[in-house]
Amino acid sequence: MKDRQPKLKDYLHDIQQCVKCGTCHAYCPVYDQERREPVVARGKMALAQTLLEGKTEIDERFMRNLSECLLCGSCSNKCPNKVPVEEIVAATRREIAAQKGLSLFGVGLTQVLRRPWLMKLGARFGHLFSAVLFRRIPQQSGLRLRFPAPYIRRDRTIPKVAPHFLRDSYPEFIPGAEDRPHVALFTGCMINFMFPQIGDAAIRLLKALKINIHIPKDQGCCGVPALSSGSGGTVTELAQRNFEALGRTKVDAVLTMCASCNFGLRSHLAKIGGEAGEELAGKVMDIHPFLIKYGIQEILAHTPAPAEVTRVTWHDPCHLRNIGVTAEPRALLRALPGIEFVEMPDADKCCGLGGTFSVYHYDLSLRIGAKKVDSIASTKAAVVATGCPGCMLQLQDSINHAGLNCRVCHSLELLDRALNLEQSE
Amino acid sequence: MLDKAIIQQLQQIVGADYLTTEPADLTCYAFDATQRRYLPDVVVYPHNAAEIAEILKLANAKRIPVVPRGSGSGFSGGSLPIEGGIELVLRRMDRILEIDEENMIAVVEPGVVTETFQKAVEAHGLFYPPDPASLKFSSMGGNVAECAGGPRCVKYGVTRDYILGLEVVTPTGDIINTGGRTMKGVVGYDLTRLFVGSEGTLGVVTQIIVKLIPKPAAVKTMLITFDSIRGASQAVSHIVLGRIIPTTLEFMDSTSLDVVRKATNIVIPEQVKAVLVVEVDGEPELLEKQAQQILTIVQPFGVVDTKIAQNKAESDDIWKLRRSISPSLRTVNPNKFNEDICVPRSRIPDMIVALEKISSEVGVPIINFGHAGDGNIHVNVMVDLATPGMDEKVERALRAIFEATLELGGTISGEHGIGITKAPYLRMELKDKVIDYMRIIKRALDPNNILNPGKIFGTDGGQ
Ligand SMILES: Cc1cc2nc3c(=O)[nH]c(=O)nc-3n(C[C@H](O)[C@H](O)[C@H](O)COP(=O)(O)OP(=O)(O)OC[C@H]3O[C@@H](n4cnc5c(N)ncnc54)[C@H](O)[C@@H]3O)c2cc1C
Ligand code: SF4
Ligand code: SF4
Repeated sequence: MKDRQPKLKDYLHDIQQCVKCGTCHAYCPVYDQERREPVVARGKMALAQTLLEGKTEIDERFMRNLSECLLCGSCSNKCPNKVPVEEIVAATRREIAAQKGLSLFGVGLTQVLRRPWLMKLGARFGHLFSAVLFRRIPQQSGLRLRFPAPYIRRDRTIPKVAPHFLRDSYPEFIPGAEDRPHVALFTGCMINFMFPQIGDAAIRLLKALKINIHIPKDQGCCGVPALSSGSGGTVTELAQRNFEALGRTKVDAVLTMCASCNFGLRSHLAKIGGEAGEELAGKVMDIHPFLIKYGIQEILAHTPAPAEVTRVTWHDPCHLRNIGVTAEPRALLRALPGIEFVEMPDADKCCGLGGTFSVYHYDLSLRIGAKKVDSIASTKAAVVATGCPGCMLQLQDSINHAGLNCRVCHSLELLDRALNLEQSE
Repeated sequence: MLDKAIIQQLQQIVGADYLTTEPADLTCYAFDATQRRYLPDVVVYPHNAAEIAEILKLANAKRIPVVPRGSGSGFSGGSLPIEGGIELVLRRMDRILEIDEENMIAVVEPGVVTETFQKAVEAHGLFYPPDPASLKFSSMGGNVAECAGGPRCVKYGVTRDYILGLEVVTPTGDIINTGGRTMKGVVGYDLTRLFVGSEGTLGVVTQIIVKLIPKPAAVKTMLITFDSIRGASQAVSHIVLGRIIPTTLEFMDSTSLDVVRKATNIVIPEQVKAVLVVEVDGEPELLEKQAQQILTIVQPFGVVDTKIAQNKAESDDIWKLRRSISPSLRTVNPNKFNEDICVPRSRIPDMIVALEKISSEVGVPIINFGHAGDGNIHVNVMVDLATPGMDEKVERALRAIFEATLELGGTISGEHGIGITKAPYLRMELKDKVIDYMRIIKRALDPNNILNPGKIFGTDGGQ
């Protein structure tokens, strides 16, 4: 499909808003590890600017520098001039793919990085992975972009594809009470194909609140992996498809359980053009504040506490932090019977996954993850909860590398378990 | 362009992974916070003084410019490679080598970020007061080279007042130590003070011995609004005459209040023409008393309203007002010329009057706020450079501002240094003879003018 995503030149004004102050140094997780200007927002804005001015070639180093970004928005969140860095980086990647005639930015990058051992490993395991595990996953799923061949390594905790997919297990409509809101549940690829138990938990929680739940079967990927890989055409196509699926029935909210999906869905729907897209984008909402708004805390207050107390901490996914959803998940965890909530230091620092970042910069990604693990370890928590399956993968992989005895799960799973909803079903 | 042989020699010194000549990397080092652009020929990331000494020896022998760079947050272009050459990035030398509680000193490498260092010493109950607004990202080496200051310097002084000794690599490649680990020390010339504030033109700082003080137990923040800037300024003088030295005495004049009124939803009553944010620190029991004393002292000077913050949230609210100016400025005009003049604190109202006059005469908005306690005014000339003839207007406004500053007994730069942006105005403040002596010093240390050439004195260099 024709790429209807904004072009790099559409961001000229935004790029000029970067005054090169250096504030982003203090917040960029990659800069924190590397201490090199090309990895931080300021350097990337300088590169985007020179590309637009025609003062630079897209050579291998240029591509590499553009690849070293998690699209986490930690910089733009604190930037005094609100420069939309992650959007500009994504647009630059699309520009690279377009100018270089690549299907994907990542394809070029694989050649740039030229790590033969990694490619070989990737080819061997990746083949297995895609052949056996991905056989059942549609071509269009972001998972194929998120886990391309080089992702697969012997020392990596590799996610498993679930025996049953989430959307296949439910009807398209689960009625609630007449006077309660209607929501469309956006499942996202990771939860649909790999962690359907999170979706099961969400559906049970929404049912307990008597919400009317729509789960359109033809919804697709949120587009973040395609955005990260610089495939503008795919992003547009996916946004169109989701617009049709989610906009079919009038709903009060479109709920996401994955922070990245929330970001992707919101920004891409808004950009397919037209008021309808923007209106639907405006309804996209993370599930935590929704559950609070419709009374989950009252139910929790009447739930008996188990004998055993578990110590739990929370990791802020970047894409929840960026939209200000930080208090609600904590409030929910604090309200859980049988759970002692402890705050970890730097809870809002990125875990280091970053779309396809960790595919190509695994060692760097692990170093960022290791810092996160130190924070987690300092809390002595038995469980880290978070609101994004991508973060879950990265956190568990980092924790396993560190040999820490700690489990990662989605906050929805903890809520579900505390309310004992599965048993009472 | 540097020839291959030199790049190879540099590679041998720092290791191939710690050097780059890739255009896509150089582009990212062509900037600092002045937004001017100059490409270096090579960027190197040294690990220690010995490597830097080798680099400088090579550069000195081959007459290659070397520009030290910390975080590149400078406002005067100090880290820009205006003649190309070697960009010497010091951010990788970022160890805190020692925190000595008994002697209350610390030893750090130049790449340590200011705030990281402050947090580390505060964990020991100690305090490093200099607090430039860039402290979350500026480097200690950059702070030393620019002699950075901040709001707290009314009470505690600037970077210079906390530097006991340095390890410096000279432009000819010698590693020397100045000062030491003691509060007292009068052996020979005070070279430490010479290097502090030398803007990376006399040597590369590779270790810093820092003086620390006990961390104040508590801080109290208050907001006082006035019906005129003169009232606010008299209030400041009387607070000081009352022998109270607040930690912080920040002011906003009516130009900056107008900008905030327009750009944000913060409510500021119309009759308010000036605002002071005052902070006192010390033992918690004394603070409430001091705050009350201050409120009594300022009463006669046209106070509209006062507020003493009772908790962190209320204090954050007060600071929000002060911090909202910088981001709001861009709503006035896209281009900002941000000067950091300093006048004796009793002359602030005269300076504000002069600024208002310049603003209307030249026809450009000028927005002022800053540190009332030490007379340091952030003067922001806000323009749209796309307007024809604007460059010339800016130049006229800046000269007039500096003239007025000097007439009132002030200085054209309180914090940001001369670098390249203020070099054209150096002679307005310094007598030729003084500049001559400064150049003699530069020449003695850097006979071939390879270290940060073209800075402070302009492009005719240190020769
Ligand atoms: C948003 C913002 C707010 C600011 N607020 C303040 C403020 O409140 N007060 C204030 O004083 N300044 C302020 N500044 C200016 C700037 O942050 C300071 O000048 C700071 O000290 C520069 O540190 P840096 O590490 O970024 O140095 P750089 O910009 O990298 O370099 C500055 C100068 O120091 C030299 N240098 C750097 N490291 C060394 C070294 N190890 N040895 C020798 N020379 C060296 C460089 O050659 C250059 O001349 C602000 C800047 C910004 C962008
Ligand atoms: S914080 Fe924003 S304006 Fe400042 S350098 Fe980074 S991207 Fe540019
Ligand atoms: S989006 Fe994240 S990784 Fe990318 S430049 Fe900003 S802070 Fe760094």
